[in-house]
Amino acid sequence: MSVRSSIAVLGVLALVGLLVFGLVSKGGSRVAVGDRAPSPSLPRLEGGGSESLAAYEGRWVLVNFWASWCEPCKQEAPALEDFQRQHGGPKFTVLGIDTRDLTDDGRGFVREYGLTYPQLRDGDGGYAHDYGTTGVPENFLVDPSGRVQWLLPGPVDEEYLREQVAPFLPREKS
Amino acid sequence: MKARLLLMALALLMALAPTATAAPRASLTEIEKQVMCPVCGTLLQLAESPQAQREKAFIQRLIAEGKTEDQIKDALVAEYGDEVLALPRDSGFSLSAYVVPIVAFLVAVVALALGVLRWRRAGNQGGNDSADPAGPKGDDAERLDADLARYDL
Repeated sequence: MSVRSSIAVLGVLALVGLLVFGLVSKGGSRVAVGDRAPSPSLPRLEGGGSESLAAYEGRWVLVNFWASWCEPCKQEAPALEDFQRQHGGPKFTVLGIDTRDLTDDGRGFVREYGLTYPQLRDGDGGYAHDYGTTGVPENFLVDPSGRVQWLLPGPVDEEYLREQVAPFLPREKS
Repeated sequence: MKARLLLMALALLMALAPTATAAPRASLTEIEKQVMCPVCGTLLQLAESPQAQREKAFIQRLIAEGKTEDQIKDALVAEYGDEVLALPRDSGFSLSAYVVPIVAFLVAVVALALGVLRWRRAGNQGGNDSADPAGPKGDDAERLDADLARYDL
């Protein structure tokens, strides 16, 4: 094969590679049970500064993706707050991720529903993309070592949390 | 003298008036065409989702506060990230979105032109060859001529 042909073939391969990379990087794959949960640093919704899931290592964390414009998120918020009041502590917390939302709207939502668990802001939806979410709300239960143990692409309610999530948690109020 | 100064000041004001009105007031209709609804993945102008409604209300609030189009787009980027802009910015790394296609086009045109030139040159050489058909050369040609001379037809 002549040098010219080799260059042409390399050019075509590079182009195909770029197209494949573009397609692969466009759609994020969903985090599965057993996968390590993504843990980039995100700004806190209130209070300034930033934080990541790594800050909660050693605790069970229910990562809840939500947005103030999302109707099902409004329905599940009271159940999540109740669950946090029952189980929240040094061994468990709900962690809210306000995604693709306006900061003020997100803060208004937290106040309206009296949410006491920590909230991070994912304005561009990059963190939700890392988890491979397709909408809001979505919930991921992450174990103390940072691996996903359970997930639900949709809203939770009190019964669901009691039957599906609580059995994972330590017996005593964590 | 005072009247003349006053007249001059008035004339200056009138001359500057078009400049003063050159920066138009930001409008939702214009901004909607330039930004995306991040959840729907379409232009905000075409989106009617609850998130889009919030985004439109946010823009209207900033317009009411007297913010310029650029300030409003900056505020949207601060909330939703760069992907909220329908067109990449013409500065920094985003500039490559405009420059790379132009450079690629120019490289393709130059490559095509070089290819055509080479092809035409090869064509011309081929034409000369056909005018001077391939045949025996050197000693062979002399031997052929000698053989033909022997046959006086």
